Amino acid sequence: MKARSALLLGSLSATLVAFALTSPRVIAADKVDPVADAKAFQNFYFQKFPDVKHEDFVNGPYSMNEDMKRQWQEKEEFPPYEFALDAGKEMFATPFKNGKTYADCFPNGGIGIRQNYPYFDTKEGKVVTLELALNRCREANGEAPYSYVKDEMASLTAYMAFTSRGKPMDIKIPDDPRALAAFENGKRYFYTRRGQMNFSCASCHVQSPGERIRAEILAPALGILNAMPIYRSEWSGMGTTSRRFVTCNSQTRAVPLEPQADEYRDVEYFLSYVANGLPISGPGARP
Amino acid sequence: MTTTTGPHPTRRLILQGAAGVALLGLGNLPFGAAPARAAANDKYPEEAFKLKNEADAIKALYGKTVEPSDKVKLDAPEIAENGGVVPISVTTTLDKVTSISFFVAENPNALAASYRIPDGTLPAVANRLKMAKTTNVTAIVEADGKLYSATKEVKVTVGGCGG
Amino acid sequence: MASSIRVRSTSNGDITEVQALIQHPMDTGLVKDSKGEVIPAHFIQQLKFECNGKDVFVADWGTAVSKDPYVKFSFKGAKKGDDLKISWTDNKGGSDTTTAKIA
Repeated sequence: MKARSALLLGSLSATLVAFALTSPRVIAADKVDPVADAKAFQNFYFQKFPDVKHEDFVNGPYSMNEDMKRQWQEKEEFPPYEFALDAGKEMFATPFKNGKTYADCFPNGGIGIRQNYPYFDTKEGKVVTLELALNRCREANGEAPYSYVKDEMASLTAYMAFTSRGKPMDIKIPDDPRALAAFENGKRYFYTRRGQMNFSCASCHVQSPGERIRAEILAPALGILNAMPIYRSEWSGMGTTSRRFVTCNSQTRAVPLEPQADEYRDVEYFLSYVANGLPISGPGARP
Repeated sequence: MTTTTGPHPTRRLILQGAAGVALLGLGNLPFGAAPARAAANDKYPEEAFKLKNEADAIKALYGKTVEPSDKVKLDAPEIAENGGVVPISVTTTLDKVTSISFFVAENPNALAASYRIPDGTLPAVANRLKMAKTTNVTAIVEADGKLYSATKEVKVTVGGCGG
Repeated sequence: MASSIRVRSTSNGDITEVQALIQHPMDTGLVKDSKGEVIPAHFIQQLKFECNGKDVFVADWGTAVSKDPYVKFSFKGAKKGDDLKISWTDNKGGSDTTTAKIA
């Protein structure tokens, strides 16, 4: 498995990396095959957790633990993201100073389209996330961009996710070598170990979902972005996909990237693509 | 307006908070001689909320002794997913319920919430509380002038008082 | 500004179930901010529900009630379309009020 070889690679010491680089063909010769990757990724979770309904993976740690699931269900009776959702709805409908609205920037007026983000922009040659598209929309209309990690950005994406709830994630990889490269780059980022603790994203969210790391129960990587943005009790507030990536890096004592850095955009592309078919569940509530 | 809080109590709360950070468990607060809680009493039980210790807070709030009862059903998680938001609820089959209160034994102040249940309101409440660490949660139901309780330990791995 | 109070109240003919969520920091006074300064206690002390001129539920709260507090209870004697008035006051003299129609 490629995932496994990447993990092993990451754990090898620097002296061995040189050796590994002398035989890169083992990996390079592999054709980038997102369809096969997504299938393998999903099957890994479906086999590891045969009792979890496929569509439940989007509920993160709550799909893994019964006691926590009950606490979540209680929260969902009147969810903590309610205020952000209402604020997002209002912001979405409020015109910019030039009279235009967010709806003018998006297909279908921005309603029910969350499942198509991020997408690969063949003109730009890069991945465009929903958060990025929202700030570009603001800037194109003469408004200052929002912080990517919380507050207004979390409210707006909460509302847009809400209008897409239940729709299957539907990420496309266009016939463009740069799109394949972005997918592959995101995948590499996901499996590469980094930071003082030498963890990759996969160390926690592929190898150990459902298990505790210190006090927290780890979420499966499969469907983890379908629930974004999230109200995290640990944050006492909302956070976006950007915030999740940044905190994942800092929790493993790696240096976080800037929100919407190319690597983050690519890893979002990879993680969203391999969750294709699973429903959008955002906005979510998490411990 | 029913709140009677003036600037002085507010300042005292701040000081109490600052001391609490350094000296958890230091209990030198004025011991309010609050009377037993009457159903018609509309006043916010300020003194009871300021006491550290659960027994003192119960005494300040009710001025009566409590007996455990299996007619009080307390629902709380085994392990709180986050001490900042612990869903806790209580129901009871007791008659003539006039109030329901929640205490978290080892919080900086034990009394968390107290609910007045007028005639016609069902004796059941659900709420979300903060817990500083693993400790007992006690619900006290006041029924026909007597106090009945149920207690459950909730494990807290991520404390709810650190923000 | 939108109301700080969200309420859902539904009657099944006999019993009205009420759930409320309130936007409030519920600061304990025990937490320091990033500069090391203690954030002063700021919390709702009393939350009241009135229906047809009568208190149907009164909550007295301390700082141990979670941020953005939630409460659920049920009462008898109301019907669909009745007004439920919800009001809170906090330790700094802040307050808010809203009225919801029972559905």
